[in-house]
Amino acid sequence: MDSDEGDREPISRRAEWSDVIPLPQDDGPNPVVPIAYKEDFRETMDYFRAIYQADERSPRALCLTQEAILANPGNYTVWHFRRLVLQALNADLYKELDFLQQIANSNAKNYQLWHHRRWVIERLGADARAKELELNKEILSRDTKNYHAWSHRQWVLQALGGWEDELDYCHCLLEQDIFNNSAWNQRYFVISRSPFLGGLKAMRESEVRYTVKAILAQPNNESPWRYLRGLYKDDIEALVNDPQASSVCLKVMNTKSNYVFALSMLLDLLCNGFQPSQEFRDAVGALWTSDTHPLDSDLAKAICYILEHVDSLRAGYWMWRKSKLPQAA
Amino acid sequence: MGELAVGKHVKYILSVEKRKDSFESVVMDHIRMNGAYWGLTTLDLLGKLKTIDEDEVISWIMECQHESGGFAGNIGHDPHILLDVSGLQNEDGSFSGDTWGEVDTRFSYIAICCLSILCRLDQINVEKAVNYIVSCKNLDGGFGCTPGGESHAGQIFCCVAALAITGSLHHVDKDLLGWWLCERQIKSGGLNGRPEKLPDVCYSWWVLSSLIMIDRVHWIDKEQLVKFILDCQDVENGGISDRPEDAVDVFHTYFRVAGLSLLQYPGLKAIDPAYAVPVDVVNRIFFCR
Repeated sequence: MDSDEGDREPISRRAEWSDVIPLPQDDGPNPVVPIAYKEDFRETMDYFRAIYQADERSPRALCLTQEAILANPGNYTVWHFRRLVLQALNADLYKELDFLQQIANSNAKNYQLWHHRRWVIERLGADARAKELELNKEILSRDTKNYHAWSHRQWVLQALGGWEDELDYCHCLLEQDIFNNSAWNQRYFVISRSPFLGGLKAMRESEVRYTVKAILAQPNNESPWRYLRGLYKDDIEALVNDPQASSVCLKVMNTKSNYVFALSMLLDLLCNGFQPSQEFRDAVGALWTSDTHPLDSDLAKAICYILEHVDSLRAGYWMWRKSKLPQAA
Repeated sequence: MGELAVGKHVKYILSVEKRKDSFESVVMDHIRMNGAYWGLTTLDLLGKLKTIDEDEVISWIMECQHESGGFAGNIGHDPHILLDVSGLQNEDGSFSGDTWGEVDTRFSYIAICCLSILCRLDQINVEKAVNYIVSCKNLDGGFGCTPGGESHAGQIFCCVAALAITGSLHHVDKDLLGWWLCERQIKSGGLNGRPEKLPDVCYSWWVLSSLIMIDRVHWIDKEQLVKFILDCQDVENGGISDRPEDAVDVFHTYFRVAGLSLLQYPGLKAIDPAYAVPVDVVNRIFFCR
């Protein structure tokens, strides 16, 4: 593995390549934009083109694709050819995983890398599951929101299993960063799809408790508020009737800070038939300090009015919400 | 608030076309076609398409065409759906990016967009394609790259635009998605692509175009966004970066100018939010005007 640019021996001087004639890039007869490639890169690609055209599926071809990928991991033709060679040589795919991990360490957002990884795992099957989920955690530990890594993880779980520890893993990530929306998304993925947990409805009660705790810790975190709504997917009536939902709004409002999402949730509850007690009216009233404008007696309208002012970037949205409210009799 | 430095950006784009031996020309080699699209569309929006030699560009593009009919990212590369279209639809309605099989709603958009431009949507099962996209819808009203994948503004653009082109926007929960999208605007006026991520000018495009397609763009603060976009330009050398103070590139220059076009910034051509090309080009394609 020689990725140190300084030590690279030109391929033309390596004995094992002496029989190959490199094939230069054909930029066409009148290139609009002739590209002056770096010499090493150009040489590697010229040799790659030669073996690709000869369809040489040999150990040295495998080494060369490795060099070409390290020079430019975005070239999908090289990746594709590497798969053909791996197959032809019946190569050790666990070694391939190690190579991929090395690439991921420096370039974890490369699409081809993840596609290739999936191809490898498909061939290794369930035996590779535990190792793959661990390697994936390593990548996520460096970037907990890496979209590719999460997609891959979801695919591994669905294809090979390994759901048992996933809810704990989500919890672990949320303990580190409760604002991590990717971890909240994964949590929803697990509770709604894990074959061991009984589905969304079975998980609802314990998840609502978990979510309420997260909201109270950071009420300005949009993820758990959306998660809470998601727990009542297609069952808004149950959300309105769950005292935990309204009471978390009340608790946050009473702290008089970071209450935008609480007001927004309360607005949704009111729009769906929630009957507020005086306590709720008082809490909303306390958030409005202007003497010149008395607050509207219609609670939902009053909430929209407050949000228009405290969440002014989205004033257009809150005005629209207000215009949609049923007119008070 | 400054103004869009049109002349500087034109100069910058033309200089990128000519630059040799840069890091970008190596790693971007295989997606040169993308660079051409970003650069040419930006020039057109700025009303400066005439500054390039049309015949040279067209002959280069035709050189990239493969025997299969697909286009590669540069001469001597293999065709990929990001750059061409062929029968890559899977049984579940999804699309693969190439004959090697990677699946993603990005490819659904690209296939639908290209086939629509070619008036060949009858070549795929549109109903299945739409159902697959809908299966990627999340609890927040957004869309991910596969079912269960996290909502992401770029992915949302792909899904909403594909649904718009196929006349299937009724599958979008517009109010819920609209709220999620306008929550992407943060105090600096810029937009992020997911909760708690940094703002980036390219999201001016992904988020704005989606909001326009679902008719909810008045829910964000446009003035603040214009200010953020203008703050990201390099007024001395031209070009636009991902966020103020970062280095400029063609990709972000395109998204910024396209975002400003969606915001009806004076002097820019209008861009179509679903096809991502100037409106007059779309009219020329579909109405022969």
